[in-house]
Amino acid sequence: MQPPEQRDEVEMLSMMLLIRRFEERASQQYQAQKIGGFCHLYIGQEAVVCGAVAAARPDDYLITAYRDHAHALARGTSPNACMAELFGKATGCSSGLGGSMHYFDKEHHMYGGHAIVGAHVPLAAGMAFASKYRDEDRVTLCFFGDGAINQGAVHEAMNLAGLYKLPIVFICENNLFAMGTSVERSTSLKEIVERAEGYDIPGTVIDGMNFREVRDKLGEIIDSIRKDSHPAFAEIRTYRYRGHSMSDPASYRTKEQLEKFRGDDPITRLRAQLTREGKLTNEQFDRMDKEAKETALASVKFAEESPEPPLEKLYDYTFVNGANS
Amino acid sequence: MREITYRQALNEALAEELARDPNVFLMGEEVAEYNGAYKVSQGLLERFGPRRIIDTPISENGFAGMGVGAAMVGLRPIIEFMTFSFSLVAFDQVVNNAPNMLTMSGGQFNVPITFRGPNGPAHQLGATHSHATECLYANIPGLKICTPATPRDAKGLLKTAIRDNNPVLVLESELLYSSKGLVEPEDFELLIPLGQAELKREGSDVTIICYAQTVPLALAVAERLENEGEISAEVLDLRSIKPLDLEAILKSVSKTHRVVVVEQDRPFCGVGAEICYRIQKEIFDLLDAPIMRVAQEEVPMPYNERLEEAVLPSAEKLIAAVQEVCYT
Repeated sequence: MQPPEQRDEVEMLSMMLLIRRFEERASQQYQAQKIGGFCHLYIGQEAVVCGAVAAARPDDYLITAYRDHAHALARGTSPNACMAELFGKATGCSSGLGGSMHYFDKEHHMYGGHAIVGAHVPLAAGMAFASKYRDEDRVTLCFFGDGAINQGAVHEAMNLAGLYKLPIVFICENNLFAMGTSVERSTSLKEIVERAEGYDIPGTVIDGMNFREVRDKLGEIIDSIRKDSHPAFAEIRTYRYRGHSMSDPASYRTKEQLEKFRGDDPITRLRAQLTREGKLTNEQFDRMDKEAKETALASVKFAEESPEPPLEKLYDYTFVNGANS
Repeated sequence: MREITYRQALNEALAEELARDPNVFLMGEEVAEYNGAYKVSQGLLERFGPRRIIDTPISENGFAGMGVGAAMVGLRPIIEFMTFSFSLVAFDQVVNNAPNMLTMSGGQFNVPITFRGPNGPAHQLGATHSHATECLYANIPGLKICTPATPRDAKGLLKTAIRDNNPVLVLESELLYSSKGLVEPEDFELLIPLGQAELKREGSDVTIICYAQTVPLALAVAERLENEGEISAEVLDLRSIKPLDLEAILKSVSKTHRVVVVEQDRPFCGVGAEICYRIQKEIFDLLDAPIMRVAQEEVPMPYNERLEEAVLPSAEKLIAAVQEVCYT
C-alpha cells in the first residue's frame, strides 16, 4: 500500500492517460463522422487540469471554455457519458443537447463547457460571489485560454473579482495560440500574467507540462484563498499537440516547435518522475495505459448503443417548470 | 387599495422579495449608495446592507454574467440595467448564457435571474439611449419578458419574476416611474402571473393591443374616441410579451373583429408582427379588416424633440389606424 500522496500521483497519471486515450478515440470517431459540430482536443495539456483537480477540493466550483473534455473527465464524469455527449446521445453528460463544447456535470461540480470565448469568466466570478455570499470556503477554478485574455468580459470579471475580493483562481491555459493566431500576434503585452497586476490580483507563472508544479503551486494559491478570500491569476504555460479544432491542420506553427513540446510531454514526465522514485513500474504503467485504451474503446461502444434524445422532449428544456414559492 | 407611484411599487416588490428570500440580492450600477439612477432602489441599502445591495462598476457584461453564474449555483440575482439600452453591452450574457444554460446542460442548470430596468424611448435621449429591446429579446427561446404599464402590474409582475426559476426580463418604463395608480396594501401578497394580459378597458368596435408606454396612450385614445361618440375601443394590455396571452387576444378580437397593435419598438420584426401573424392564423375569418400596426418609425432615434415625436407612436397615428380598421 502506497502512502496517499503517492497513490494520488499514480491515480492522476492514470487520469492523464485516460484523457489522452479518450481524446485519441474521439478524434478517430470524429474522422469517421460519428461526431458532429466542432471538437477541440486537449492532448498535450493534460497536466494542467489534472494538477488543478489534484490541488482542489471535489466541491470547489470548476468552469472552463470549449476545450472541456478533460475538465469533465478529471472531475469524475464517466468516460461513457463524455463520449455519448459527443455522439449526441441521451446518455451524454448534457443529455446530448450540449455537444463537445458544452459539457456539464452538476454532480461532479463541473459547471461547463462554455463556447463563447471569455463569456464564462463573469459566470465564474458570479459563482465565486455566491461562495462568499453564503460564507462557504469553496474556491472557483476558472479555466480559459490565452485567446480569452483579449476579451472584455475577462477583464470586467477580473476587475469585479479584485474589487469584491472573490475566491477565484483565473487559470489561463496559455498554449501559445488563440485558434491559429499566436500570442505574439494577438497580445500587446507578451507576459500574460502581467495583466493581473492591473487588477491588483497576484499572478503566478506555472509550467503546465509539469503535473507536480501545477498541483503544488495551485495548491498554495487555493489554500491561501480558502483562508482569506481573494482572487488569484495563474498563467499555466502549456501546448496543444493538435490543431485548434479537428478541422485545423495547424499550419501556423513549425514542426520543430511541436516536437520540442512533445519532447517535454506531461505524461512521459510524470511517469519518469514516479519511475525514478520507485513509485511506478513499467508493468504498472503499461497496465494503466491498456486500461485507459479499453475504457475509451468501451465508451465508444456505449455511445453507439445509447439512444438518441427523444424527439418528444425537444421542448422540455427551454424553461424549468414551477416557481420558488 | 392605496395610490402609489410605479417607482414605489417596484421598490416595494424588491423590498418584499429581499425580505422574503435570503438568496435574493440586487446588483447594478448605482443601486446602493446612490439609491438607484431612477431611485427604484431607494432605501434598500440601508435596510438590507451592502452584502445584498451591491454597487457595480460600469461593466454590464461583467455583472450580468456574474448574475448568471450566481444563479447557476442557487442564488436569485436581480440585475438592474440602468437602462436596457445598456443591456446591449451585456447582450451575450442575456442571450447566450442565461437562456441557453438549461438546454445546453441537458436540464441540469436553470438560471433563476431577473434582469430589470427601464426600456424604450424616454425623452430626447438620442439614438443610443432609446432602444426598445423587447423585440430583440423576444426572439430568444428561454427568456420570459414582461412589460408593466401600471404601478399594480409593476409590483405584481416584478415579484413573480423574482420567484420564477427561469431568466425573466422586467422591462420598465422610465416615463412611467412617476405615474400613479391603485395598488393593494403592503401586507397583501400581490403576484401577477407572467403571460396574463389584462383588459384595461372594455369596448365593442375595435381592440387596441398595447403594452408598457403604449398603454396610457391607448387608454387616452380610447377615451377620446368614445367622447367623440364615434368608436368604442377595447384596450388589451399584454403585460407580458413572452409568454404571450394569445387566448386573451383571440377572445377580444373575436368580439370586436378589428385590431390595432400599438407597440413601442420598431416595426420590422417587432412584437406587433408576431401578434398579427398569430391572429390571422387562428381567426382569419373573424377579421373585418386588415390588422394595423403603430410602431416607431424605422430610423435611429433623433435627439431633436419634434423629430423624436415624429418617430414615436402618437395619439394621432393611433387614431388614424383605428379609423382605418373601422372604415370611418
